[in-house]
Amino acid sequence: MKEYDIVIIGGGPAGMAAAIGAREEGIEEILILERDSCLGGILNQCIHNGFGLHTFKEELTGPEYAERFIQKAEEMKIPYKLNTMVIDINKNKEIVAVNEEEGILEIKAKAIILAMGCRERPRGAINIPGSRCAGIYSAGSAQKFVNIDGYMPGKEVVILGSGDIGLIMARRMTLEGAEVKAVVELMPYSGGLKRNIVQCLDDFGIPLKLAHTITSIKGKGRVEGVTIAKVDENRKPIKGTEEYIECDTLLLSVGLLPENELSNKANVKLSQITGGPEVNESLQTNIEGIFACGNVLHVHDLVDYVTLESINAGKNAARYVKGESFNEKGIELKGLEGVRYTVPKYINPKNIDKAVEVRFRVGDVYKESYISVYFDETRELHLKKRILTPGEMETVKLTREMFDKYPECKEITVKVEGE
Amino acid sequence: MREFRNLICIGCPIGCDMEVTLEEGKVSEVKGNTCVRGKNYAEKECTNPTRIVTSSVRVQGGEIDSVSVKTQSDIPKNKIMKCIEELKGITLNAPVKAGEIIIRNVADTGVSIISTKTVAKTNEDM
Repeated sequence: MKEYDIVIIGGGPAGMAAAIGAREEGIEEILILERDSCLGGILNQCIHNGFGLHTFKEELTGPEYAERFIQKAEEMKIPYKLNTMVIDINKNKEIVAVNEEEGILEIKAKAIILAMGCRERPRGAINIPGSRCAGIYSAGSAQKFVNIDGYMPGKEVVILGSGDIGLIMARRMTLEGAEVKAVVELMPYSGGLKRNIVQCLDDFGIPLKLAHTITSIKGKGRVEGVTIAKVDENRKPIKGTEEYIECDTLLLSVGLLPENELSNKANVKLSQITGGPEVNESLQTNIEGIFACGNVLHVHDLVDYVTLESINAGKNAARYVKGESFNEKGIELKGLEGVRYTVPKYINPKNIDKAVEVRFRVGDVYKESYISVYFDETRELHLKKRILTPGEMETVKLTREMFDKYPECKEITVKVEGE
Repeated sequence: MREFRNLICIGCPIGCDMEVTLEEGKVSEVKGNTCVRGKNYAEKECTNPTRIVTSSVRVQGGEIDSVSVKTQSDIPKNKIMKCIEELKGITLNAPVKAGEIIIRNVADTGVSIISTKTVAKTNEDM
Protein backbone atom coordinates (compact mmCIF):
# COMPACT_ATOMS: atom_id res chain seq x y z
CA MET A 1 0.00 0.00 0.00
CA LYS A 2 1.48 3.34 -1.10
CA GLU A 3 1.68 5.95 1.64
CA TYR A 4 1.23 9.71 1.46
CA ASP A 5 1.07 12.48 4.01
CA ILE A 6 -1.98 14.13 2.46
CA VAL A 7 -4.34 12.78 -0.18
CA ILE A 8 -6.83 15.20 -1.69
CA ILE A 9 -9.95 13.82 -3.32
CA GLY A 10 -10.93 16.08 -6.20
CA GLY A 11 -8.82 18.36 -8.41
CA GLY A 12 -11.20 21.28 -8.83
CA PRO A 13 -10.70 24.72 -7.31
CA ALA A 14 -11.00 23.34 -3.75
CA GLY A 15 -8.61 20.43 -4.24
CA MET A 16 -5.97 22.54 -6.00
CA ALA A 17 -6.06 25.29 -3.36
CA ALA A 18 -5.91 22.72 -0.55
CA ALA A 19 -2.85 21.11 -2.15
CA ILE A 20 -1.17 24.49 -2.55
CA GLY A 21 -1.95 25.36 1.08
CA ALA A 22 -0.48 22.08 2.31
CA ARG A 23 2.64 22.44 0.16
CA GLU A 24 3.16 26.00 1.45
CA GLU A 25 3.32 24.46 4.92
CA GLY A 26 6.15 22.24 3.73
CA ILE A 27 4.36 18.94 3.14
CA GLU A 28 6.13 16.98 0.38
CA GLU A 29 4.08 13.80 0.02
CA ILE A 30 0.84 15.13 -1.42
CA LEU A 31 -1.40 13.48 -4.00
CA ILE A 32 -4.49 14.83 -5.77
CA LEU A 33 -6.91 12.25 -7.17
CA GLU A 34 -9.13 13.59 -9.97
CA ARG A 35 -11.73 11.59 -11.87
CA ASP A 36 -11.83 13.85 -14.95
CA SER A 37 -9.14 14.04 -17.65
CA CYS A 38 -7.86 17.42 -16.46
CA LEU A 39 -7.59 19.52 -13.31
CA GLY A 40 -9.93 22.47 -12.79
CA GLY A 41 -13.24 20.74 -12.10
CA ILE A 42 -16.42 22.60 -12.95
CA LEU A 43 -14.47 25.80 -13.80
CA ASN A 44 -13.56 24.23 -17.14
CA GLN A 45 -17.12 24.40 -18.37
CA CYS A 46 -17.91 27.80 -16.82
CA ILE A 47 -16.59 29.78 -19.78
CA HIS A 48 -18.37 33.01 -18.78
CA ASN A 49 -16.53 35.78 -16.97
CA GLY A 50 -16.89 37.05 -13.43
CA PHE A 51 -14.54 34.77 -11.53
CA GLY A 52 -11.73 35.95 -9.27
CA LEU A 53 -12.77 39.53 -8.53
CA HIS A 54 -11.78 39.07 -4.88
CA THR A 55 -8.66 36.94 -5.41
CA PHE A 56 -7.10 38.63 -8.44
CA LYS A 57 -8.99 41.95 -8.60
CA GLU A 58 -9.92 41.18 -12.19
CA GLU A 59 -12.73 39.37 -13.94
CA LEU A 60 -11.59 36.04 -15.30
CA THR A 61 -13.47 33.26 -17.05
CA GLY A 62 -13.69 29.89 -15.31
CA PRO A 63 -10.93 28.24 -17.39
CA GLU A 64 -8.62 31.23 -16.80
CA TYR A 65 -9.18 31.08 -13.04
CA ALA A 66 -8.48 27.34 -13.10
CA GLU A 67 -5.37 27.76 -15.24
CA ARG A 68 -3.76 30.07 -12.66
CA PHE A 69 -4.06 27.37 -10.02
CA ILE A 70 -3.08 24.54 -12.36
CA GLN A 71 0.09 26.48 -13.20
CA LYS A 72 0.83 27.09 -9.54
CA ALA A 73 0.32 23.41 -8.74
CA GLU A 74 2.65 22.50 -11.61
CA GLU A 75 5.29 24.98 -10.43
CA MET A 76 5.09 23.51 -6.93
CA LYS A 77 5.39 20.05 -8.49
CA ILE A 78 2.30 18.76 -6.73
CA PRO A 79 1.61 15.21 -7.93
CA TYR A 80 -1.83 14.33 -9.23
CA LYS A 81 -3.50 11.41 -10.93
CA LEU A 82 -6.15 12.12 -13.58
CA ASN A 83 -8.92 9.79 -14.80
CA THR A 84 -8.76 8.29 -11.34
CA MET A 85 -11.95 7.56 -9.49
CA VAL A 86 -11.90 7.10 -5.73
CA ILE A 87 -14.33 4.32 -4.90
CA ASP A 88 -13.78 3.90 -1.19
CA ILE A 89 -12.28 5.61 1.84
CA ASN A 90 -12.46 4.61 5.49
CA LYS A 91 -11.87 6.21 8.85
CA ASN A 92 -8.34 4.78 9.00
CA LYS A 93 -7.68 6.98 5.99
CA GLU A 94 -7.18 4.13 3.57
CA ILE A 95 -8.26 4.94 0.05
CA VAL A 96 -9.22 2.70 -2.85
CA ALA A 97 -9.11 4.30 -6.28
CA VAL A 98 -9.23 2.97 -9.80
CA ASN A 99 -7.91 4.06 -13.18
CA GLU A 100 -7.27 2.52 -16.60
CA GLU A 101 -3.49 2.32 -16.35
CA GLU A 102 -2.90 1.11 -12.82
CA GLY A 103 -6.09 -0.79 -12.12
CA ILE A 104 -7.00 -0.73 -8.46
CA LEU A 105 -4.87 1.55 -6.26
CA GLU A 106 -4.67 1.20 -2.52
CA ILE A 107 -3.34 4.25 -0.74
CA LYS A 108 -2.81 5.07 2.90
CA ALA A 109 -2.84 8.73 3.94
CA LYS A 110 -1.99 10.48 7.19
CA ALA A 111 -4.64 13.06 6.33
CA ILE A 112 -7.40 13.20 3.72
CA ILE A 113 -8.94 16.37 2.35
CA LEU A 114 -12.42 15.92 0.91
CA ALA A 115 -12.81 18.22 -2.10
CA MET A 116 -15.32 16.37 -4.28
CA GLY A 117 -17.58 19.35 -4.95
CA CYS A 118 -21.31 19.10 -5.49
CA ARG A 119 -23.78 17.81 -8.01
CA GLU A 120 -27.02 19.08 -9.43
CA ARG A 121 -30.43 18.09 -8.13
CA PRO A 122 -32.03 15.94 -10.83
CA ARG A 123 -35.64 15.71 -12.00
CA GLY A 124 -36.29 12.92 -9.52
CA ALA A 125 -35.50 15.23 -6.63
CA ILE A 126 -38.32 17.63 -7.51
CA ASN A 127 -40.91 15.17 -8.82
CA ILE A 128 -42.29 16.90 -11.92
CA PRO A 129 -45.25 14.94 -13.26
CA GLY A 130 -45.47 13.98 -16.91
CA SER A 131 -43.74 11.90 -19.56
CA ARG A 132 -40.30 10.47 -19.04
CA CYS A 133 -39.02 11.50 -22.44
CA ALA A 134 -35.65 12.57 -23.84
CA GLY A 135 -34.65 16.22 -23.87
CA ILE A 136 -34.59 16.86 -20.12
CA TYR A 137 -31.16 17.82 -18.82
CA SER A 138 -29.70 19.43 -15.78
CA ALA A 139 -28.38 22.89 -16.71
CA GLY A 140 -24.83 21.86 -15.86
CA SER A 141 -24.95 18.82 -18.18
CA ALA A 142 -26.19 21.06 -20.97
CA GLN A 143 -23.35 23.45 -20.16
CA LYS A 144 -20.83 20.65 -20.58
CA PHE A 145 -22.39 19.56 -23.90
CA VAL A 146 -22.26 23.09 -25.31
CA ASN A 147 -18.98 24.38 -23.89
CA ILE A 148 -16.74 21.30 -23.78
CA ASP A 149 -18.17 18.80 -26.22
CA GLY A 150 -19.54 21.29 -28.76
CA TYR A 151 -23.07 19.84 -28.99
CA MET A 152 -26.35 21.70 -28.71
CA PRO A 153 -28.89 19.80 -26.61
CA GLY A 154 -31.90 21.41 -28.32
CA LYS A 155 -33.47 24.30 -30.19
CA GLU A 156 -36.49 25.45 -28.21
CA VAL A 157 -35.76 25.59 -24.53
CA VAL A 158 -37.55 26.12 -21.24
CA ILE A 159 -35.45 26.44 -18.10
CA LEU A 160 -36.81 25.55 -14.67
CA GLY A 161 -35.03 27.35 -11.86
CA SER A 162 -33.40 30.77 -11.94
CA GLY A 163 -30.18 30.06 -10.09
CA ASP A 164 -27.05 31.37 -11.73
CA ILE A 165 -26.37 28.23 -13.78
CA GLY A 166 -29.86 28.39 -15.27
CA LEU A 167 -29.47 32.09 -16.13
CA ILE A 168 -26.01 31.61 -17.62
CA MET A 169 -27.32 28.74 -19.75
CA ALA A 170 -30.26 30.83 -20.96
CA ARG A 171 -27.76 33.26 -22.50
CA ARG A 172 -25.42 30.56 -23.72
CA MET A 173 -28.15 28.62 -25.53
CA THR A 174 -29.46 31.87 -27.06
CA LEU A 175 -26.01 32.83 -28.37
CA GLU A 176 -25.66 29.38 -29.89
CA GLY A 177 -28.90 29.83 -31.83
CA ALA A 178 -31.55 28.27 -29.59
CA GLU A 179 -34.75 30.03 -28.59
CA VAL A 180 -35.12 30.17 -24.82
CA LYS A 181 -38.84 30.60 -24.31
CA ALA A 182 -38.93 31.15 -20.56
CA VAL A 183 -37.09 30.76 -17.30
CA VAL A 184 -39.56 29.48 -14.73
CA GLU A 185 -38.93 30.09 -11.02
CA LEU A 186 -40.98 28.63 -8.17
CA MET A 187 -40.05 31.34 -5.67
CA PRO A 188 -41.26 34.93 -5.93
CA TYR A 189 -37.61 36.01 -6.34
CA SER A 190 -34.69 34.70 -8.37
CA GLY A 191 -31.88 32.78 -6.71
CA GLY A 192 -29.42 34.30 -9.18
CA LEU A 193 -27.38 37.49 -9.21
CA LYS A 194 -29.07 40.67 -10.48
CA ARG A 195 -26.24 41.00 -12.93
CA ASN A 196 -27.14 37.64 -14.46
CA ILE A 197 -30.85 38.53 -14.65
CA VAL A 198 -29.98 41.66 -16.59
CA GLN A 199 -27.16 40.36 -18.75
CA CYS A 200 -28.43 36.83 -19.40
CA LEU A 201 -32.21 37.37 -19.63
CA ASP A 202 -33.09 41.05 -20.15
CA ASP A 203 -30.36 41.58 -22.76
CA PHE A 204 -32.01 38.92 -24.92
CA GLY A 205 -35.65 39.51 -24.00
CA ILE A 206 -36.05 36.14 -22.25
CA PRO A 207 -39.07 36.15 -19.91
CA LEU A 208 -38.57 35.28 -16.23
CA LYS A 209 -41.70 33.74 -14.76
CA LEU A 210 -41.45 34.21 -11.01
CA ALA A 211 -43.79 32.24 -8.70
CA HIS A 212 -44.43 29.72 -11.47
CA THR A 213 -43.68 26.04 -11.81
CA ILE A 214 -43.90 23.27 -14.35
CA THR A 215 -46.94 21.12 -13.72
CA SER A 216 -46.53 18.68 -16.59
CA ILE A 217 -44.08 17.56 -19.25
CA LYS A 218 -45.51 16.37 -22.57
CA GLY A 219 -43.68 14.22 -25.10
CA LYS A 220 -43.30 10.69 -26.44
CA GLY A 221 -39.77 10.08 -27.62
CA ARG A 222 -38.71 13.66 -27.02
CA VAL A 223 -40.07 16.60 -25.06
CA GLU A 224 -42.83 18.36 -27.03
CA GLY A 225 -43.81 20.95 -24.48
CA VAL A 226 -44.37 21.80 -20.84
CA THR A 227 -47.32 23.19 -18.92
CA ILE A 228 -46.49 25.92 -16.45
CA ALA A 229 -48.75 27.44 -13.81
CA LYS A 230 -48.64 30.22 -11.25
CA VAL A 231 -48.18 29.12 -7.65
CA ASP A 232 -49.76 30.50 -4.48
CA GLU A 233 -47.90 31.49 -1.31
CA ASN A 234 -47.67 27.80 -0.34
CA ARG A 235 -46.04 27.10 -3.70
CA LYS A 236 -49.04 25.11 -4.91
CA PRO A 237 -50.15 25.55 -8.54
CA ILE A 238 -53.18 27.80 -8.96
CA LYS A 239 -55.94 26.28 -11.10
CA GLY A 240 -56.79 28.21 -14.22
CA THR A 241 -53.37 29.81 -14.61
CA GLU A 242 -51.92 26.98 -16.71
CA GLU A 243 -50.05 27.89 -19.87
CA TYR A 244 -48.63 25.45 -22.41
CA ILE A 245 -45.20 26.17 -23.91
CA GLU A 246 -43.95 24.18 -26.88
CA CYS A 247 -40.31 23.19 -26.54
CA ASP A 248 -37.95 20.33 -27.33
CA THR A 249 -35.69 20.78 -24.33
CA LEU A 250 -36.14 21.35 -20.61
CA LEU A 251 -33.15 22.40 -18.51
CA LEU A 252 -33.28 22.02 -14.74
CA SER A 253 -31.39 24.45 -12.55
CA VAL A 254 -32.96 23.51 -9.26
CA GLY A 255 -30.15 23.48 -6.77
CA LEU A 256 -26.88 21.80 -5.89
CA LEU A 257 -26.08 19.15 -3.32
CA PRO A 258 -22.64 18.39 -1.85
CA GLU A 259 -21.41 15.02 -3.10
CA ASN A 260 -20.66 13.02 0.03
CA GLU A 261 -21.08 9.33 -0.75
CA LEU A 262 -17.39 8.79 0.01
CA SER A 263 -17.58 10.80 3.23
CA ASN A 264 -20.37 8.50 4.40
CA LYS A 265 -18.15 5.47 3.89
CA ALA A 266 -15.62 6.92 6.32
CA ASN A 267 -18.39 7.64 8.87
CA VAL A 268 -18.01 11.38 8.41
CA LYS A 269 -20.98 13.08 10.06
CA LEU A 270 -23.04 15.18 7.66
CA SER A 271 -25.22 18.20 8.32
CA GLN A 272 -28.90 17.60 7.55
CA ILE A 273 -29.14 21.12 6.19
CA THR A 274 -26.08 21.61 3.98
CA GLY A 275 -25.59 17.94 3.10
CA GLY A 276 -21.90 18.53 3.80
CA PRO A 277 -19.71 17.41 6.71
CA GLU A 278 -19.98 19.10 10.10
CA VAL A 279 -16.57 20.68 10.59
CA ASN A 280 -14.77 22.61 13.28
CA GLU A 281 -12.78 25.85 12.99
CA SER A 282 -9.91 23.90 11.43
CA LEU A 283 -12.22 22.37 8.80
CA GLN A 284 -11.70 18.94 10.31
CA THR A 285 -14.70 16.60 10.22
CA ASN A 286 -15.72 14.40 13.16
CA ILE A 287 -13.10 11.91 11.93
CA GLU A 288 -9.61 12.84 13.04
CA GLY A 289 -7.38 13.76 10.09
CA ILE A 290 -10.21 14.02 7.54
CA PHE A 291 -10.79 17.60 6.43
CA ALA A 292 -13.32 19.09 4.00
CA CYS A 293 -13.47 22.24 1.88
CA GLY A 294 -15.24 23.80 -1.09
CA ASN A 295 -18.65 22.76 -2.37
CA VAL A 296 -18.47 19.31 -0.79
CA LEU A 297 -18.67 21.15 2.54
CA HIS A 298 -21.39 23.64 1.62
CA VAL A 299 -22.40 25.15 -1.71
CA HIS A 300 -20.56 28.44 -2.26
CA ASP A 301 -21.62 31.30 -4.49
CA LEU A 302 -18.13 32.58 -5.31
CA VAL A 303 -15.09 30.49 -6.20
CA ASP A 304 -12.90 33.05 -4.42
CA TYR A 305 -14.34 31.88 -1.10
CA VAL A 306 -13.76 28.25 -2.08
CA THR A 307 -10.11 29.07 -2.69
CA LEU A 308 -9.65 30.86 0.64
CA GLU A 309 -11.39 28.12 2.61
CA SER A 310 -9.46 25.36 0.85
CA ILE A 311 -6.01 26.92 1.34
CA ASN A 312 -6.95 26.97 5.00
CA ALA A 313 -8.00 23.30 4.96
CA GLY A 314 -4.69 22.41 3.29
CA LYS A 315 -2.69 24.29 5.89
CA ASN A 316 -4.59 22.68 8.77
CA ALA A 317 -4.16 19.20 7.29
CA ALA A 318 -0.42 19.96 7.10
CA ARG A 319 -0.36 21.02 10.75
CA TYR A 320 -2.19 17.81 11.64
CA VAL A 321 0.41 15.73 9.77
CA LYS A 322 3.10 17.59 11.70
CA GLY A 323 1.53 16.53 15.00
CA GLU A 324 -1.07 19.12 15.95
CA SER A 325 -4.45 17.86 17.07
CA PHE A 326 -7.80 19.47 16.33
CA ASN A 327 -9.86 16.93 18.24
CA GLU A 328 -10.79 18.81 21.37
CA LYS A 329 -14.47 19.67 21.15
CA GLY A 330 -15.15 23.37 20.77
CA ILE A 331 -18.05 25.72 21.32
CA GLU A 332 -21.11 24.77 19.28
CA LEU A 333 -22.45 27.31 16.80
CA LYS A 334 -26.14 27.46 16.02
CA GLY A 335 -27.98 29.22 13.24
CA LEU A 336 -31.38 30.44 14.43
CA GLU A 337 -34.19 32.73 13.26
CA GLY A 338 -33.48 32.90 9.57
CA VAL A 339 -29.91 31.61 9.64
CA ARG A 340 -30.10 28.11 8.18
CA TYR A 341 -26.68 26.79 9.17
CA THR A 342 -23.15 27.86 9.99
CA VAL A 343 -19.79 26.60 8.77
CA PRO A 344 -17.93 25.81 10.95
CA LYS A 345 -20.27 24.05 13.37
CA TYR A 346 -17.77 24.02 16.26
CA ILE A 347 -15.05 26.47 17.27
CA ASN A 348 -12.24 25.69 19.67
CA PRO A 349 -10.84 29.14 20.56
CA LYS A 350 -7.42 27.57 21.22
CA ASN A 351 -7.04 27.00 17.49
CA ILE A 352 -7.93 30.56 16.51
CA ASP A 353 -4.95 32.67 15.69
CA LYS A 354 -6.42 36.12 14.96
CA ALA A 355 -9.95 35.46 13.76
CA VAL A 356 -12.25 32.86 12.25
CA GLU A 357 -14.73 33.47 9.47
CA VAL A 358 -18.15 31.96 9.97
CA ARG A 359 -20.12 31.49 6.78
CA PHE A 360 -23.85 30.89 6.49
CA ARG A 361 -26.95 31.38 4.41
CA VAL A 362 -30.34 32.81 5.30
CA GLY A 363 -33.62 31.07 4.47
CA ASP A 364 -35.58 34.03 3.10
CA VAL A 365 -35.18 37.56 1.75
CA TYR A 366 -34.71 40.13 4.56
CA LYS A 367 -34.49 43.88 4.00
CA GLU A 368 -33.08 46.45 6.44
CA SER A 369 -32.29 43.90 9.12
CA TYR A 370 -29.40 42.83 11.31
CA ILE A 371 -27.12 39.84 11.65
CA SER A 372 -26.50 39.22 15.33
CA VAL A 373 -24.00 36.95 17.05
CA TYR A 374 -24.60 35.93 20.66
CA PHE A 375 -21.98 34.42 22.95
CA ASP A 376 -24.38 32.53 25.21
CA GLU A 377 -26.88 35.26 26.18
CA THR A 378 -24.73 38.26 25.29
CA ARG A 379 -25.04 39.96 21.95
CA GLU A 380 -21.50 40.61 20.76
CA LEU A 381 -22.10 41.49 17.11
CA HIS A 382 -25.01 43.38 15.55
CA LEU A 383 -24.41 44.17 11.91
CA LYS A 384 -26.81 46.19 9.77
CA LYS A 385 -27.64 44.56 6.43
CA ARG A 386 -29.56 46.34 3.72
CA ILE A 387 -30.49 43.04 2.19
CA LEU A 388 -30.01 39.35 2.87
CA THR A 389 -31.00 36.74 0.30
CA PRO A 390 -30.77 32.92 0.25
CA GLY A 391 -28.66 33.15 -2.91
CA GLU A 392 -25.79 34.97 -1.21
CA MET A 393 -23.44 33.44 1.30
CA GLU A 394 -22.87 35.69 4.30
CA THR A 395 -19.77 35.93 6.48
CA VAL A 396 -19.14 37.17 10.01
CA LYS A 397 -15.69 37.41 11.50
CA LEU A 398 -15.21 36.29 15.10
CA THR A 399 -11.98 37.58 16.55
CA ARG A 400 -9.54 36.26 19.11
CA GLU A 401 -10.55 39.15 21.42
CA MET A 402 -14.20 38.06 21.40
CA PHE A 403 -13.31 34.54 22.51
CA ASP A 404 -11.02 35.96 25.22
CA LYS A 405 -13.91 38.10 26.46
CA TYR A 406 -16.14 35.04 27.00
CA PRO A 407 -13.84 32.29 28.28
CA GLU A 408 -16.76 30.27 29.69
CA CYS A 409 -18.89 30.46 26.52
CA LYS A 410 -20.85 27.25 25.81
CA GLU A 411 -22.79 28.22 22.73
CA ILE A 412 -22.63 30.81 19.97
CA THR A 413 -25.79 31.68 18.05
CA VAL A 414 -26.09 33.57 14.78
CA LYS A 415 -29.47 35.03 13.85
CA VAL A 416 -31.32 37.56 11.74
CA GLU A 417 -32.93 40.31 13.82
CA GLY A 418 -35.18 43.26 13.05
CA GLU A 419 -33.58 45.64 15.52
CA MET B 1 -35.82 65.16 -26.81
CA ARG B 2 -36.78 63.62 -23.50
CA GLU B 3 -36.82 59.86 -22.97
CA PHE B 4 -37.48 57.59 -20.00
CA ARG B 5 -35.92 54.19 -19.37
CA ASN B 6 -36.48 51.61 -16.66
CA LEU B 7 -33.47 49.66 -15.41
CA ILE B 8 -32.66 47.17 -12.68
CA CYS B 9 -29.41 48.06 -10.94
CA ILE B 10 -26.86 45.21 -10.97
CA GLY B 11 -24.62 46.72 -8.28
CA CYS B 12 -25.85 44.49 -5.45
CA PRO B 13 -28.63 42.00 -4.58
CA ILE B 14 -31.13 44.75 -3.72
CA GLY B 15 -31.58 45.34 -7.46
CA CYS B 16 -33.15 48.79 -7.30
CA ASP B 17 -35.75 49.54 -9.97
CA MET B 18 -34.56 52.78 -11.48
CA GLU B 19 -36.20 55.28 -13.76
CA VAL B 20 -33.73 57.16 -15.88
CA THR B 21 -34.50 60.39 -17.69
CA LEU B 22 -32.50 61.09 -20.82
CA GLU B 23 -32.36 64.51 -22.46
CA GLU B 24 -30.78 64.64 -25.90
CA GLY B 25 -29.20 61.24 -25.23
CA LYS B 26 -27.69 62.41 -21.93
CA VAL B 27 -28.77 61.19 -18.51
CA SER B 28 -30.39 64.09 -16.69
CA GLU B 29 -32.00 62.27 -13.77
CA VAL B 30 -31.87 58.86 -12.06
CA LYS B 31 -34.70 57.91 -9.69
CA GLY B 32 -35.15 54.84 -7.51
CA ASN B 33 -31.49 54.11 -6.78
CA THR B 34 -30.32 53.77 -3.17
CA CYS B 35 -26.67 54.62 -3.73
CA VAL B 36 -24.18 56.15 -6.11
CA ARG B 37 -23.44 52.81 -7.76
CA GLY B 38 -26.95 52.83 -9.18
CA LYS B 39 -26.47 56.28 -10.67
CA ASN B 40 -23.12 55.35 -12.23
CA TYR B 41 -24.51 52.13 -13.63
CA ALA B 42 -27.56 53.90 -15.06
CA GLU B 43 -25.38 56.50 -16.80
CA LYS B 44 -23.12 53.88 -18.37
CA GLU B 45 -25.97 51.55 -19.29
CA CYS B 46 -28.02 54.30 -20.96
CA THR B 47 -25.24 55.97 -22.89
CA ASN B 48 -22.69 53.26 -23.64
CA PRO B 49 -23.77 49.77 -22.58
CA THR B 50 -20.96 47.25 -23.01
CA ARG B 51 -20.43 43.55 -22.30
CA ILE B 52 -17.63 41.01 -22.29
CA VAL B 53 -18.73 38.25 -24.68
CA THR B 54 -17.71 34.65 -24.03
CA SER B 55 -18.24 31.65 -26.28
CA SER B 56 -16.40 28.63 -27.61
CA VAL B 57 -15.03 27.52 -30.98
CA ARG B 58 -14.20 24.11 -32.42
CA VAL B 59 -10.75 22.59 -32.21
CA GLN B 60 -9.34 19.82 -34.40
CA GLY B 61 -6.78 17.34 -33.17
CA GLY B 62 -6.95 18.51 -29.57
CA GLU B 63 -7.52 16.73 -26.28
CA ILE B 64 -10.97 18.30 -26.26
CA ASP B 65 -13.09 19.36 -29.23
CA SER B 66 -13.70 22.99 -28.36
CA VAL B 67 -11.89 25.87 -26.74
CA SER B 68 -13.43 28.71 -24.74
CA VAL B 69 -12.91 32.27 -25.98
CA LYS B 70 -13.75 35.83 -24.92
CA THR B 71 -13.52 39.41 -26.09
CA GLN B 72 -10.32 40.82 -24.63
CA SER B 73 -12.27 43.78 -23.25
CA ASP B 74 -15.93 44.79 -23.24
CA ILE B 75 -17.64 45.61 -26.52
CA PRO B 76 -20.83 47.59 -27.25
CA LYS B 77 -23.90 45.57 -26.31
CA ASN B 78 -25.41 45.92 -29.80
CA LYS B 79 -22.38 44.12 -31.30
CA ILE B 80 -22.88 40.91 -29.30
CA MET B 81 -24.75 39.01 -32.02
CA LYS B 82 -22.38 40.22 -34.77
CA CYS B 83 -19.47 39.02 -32.66
CA ILE B 84 -21.09 35.61 -32.16
CA GLU B 85 -21.76 35.36 -35.93
CA GLU B 86 -18.09 35.91 -36.70
CA LEU B 87 -17.17 33.11 -34.32
CA LYS B 88 -19.43 30.63 -36.08
CA GLY B 89 -17.70 28.29 -38.46
CA ILE B 90 -14.23 28.92 -37.07
CA THR B 91 -12.20 25.75 -36.51
CA LEU B 92 -8.78 25.91 -34.91
CA ASN B 93 -6.03 23.35 -35.04
CA ALA B 94 -4.56 22.16 -31.75
CA PRO B 95 -2.50 23.12 -29.87
CA VAL B 96 -4.22 26.33 -28.73
CA LYS B 97 -2.66 28.37 -25.94
CA ALA B 98 -4.66 30.44 -23.46
CA GLY B 99 -4.50 34.10 -24.47
CA GLU B 100 -3.92 33.40 -28.17
CA ILE B 101 -5.64 35.87 -30.51
CA ILE B 102 -8.40 34.10 -32.45
CA ILE B 103 -9.98 37.07 -34.30
CA ARG B 104 -8.63 40.61 -34.54
CA ASN B 105 -11.04 43.55 -34.50
CA VAL B 106 -14.15 41.43 -34.04
CA ALA B 107 -17.34 43.03 -35.43
CA ASP B 108 -15.35 46.23 -36.11
CA THR B 109 -15.04 46.94 -32.42
CA GLY B 110 -11.26 47.20 -32.35
CA VAL B 111 -11.30 44.39 -29.77
CA SER B 112 -9.75 40.96 -30.27
CA ILE B 113 -11.21 37.57 -29.43
CA ILE B 114 -8.73 35.54 -27.39
CA SER B 115 -8.79 31.96 -26.18
CA THR B 116 -9.24 31.45 -22.44
CA LYS B 117 -8.01 27.88 -22.23
CA THR B 118 -5.04 25.83 -23.36
CA VAL B 119 -5.90 22.80 -25.48
CA ALA B 120 -3.00 20.42 -26.01
CA LYS B 121 -2.58 18.32 -29.13
CA THR B 122 -3.87 14.81 -28.75
CA ASN B 123 -1.16 12.14 -28.55
CA GLU B 124 -2.90 9.35 -30.36
CA ASP B 125 -4.71 9.28 -33.68
CA MET B 126 -8.35 8.87 -32.91
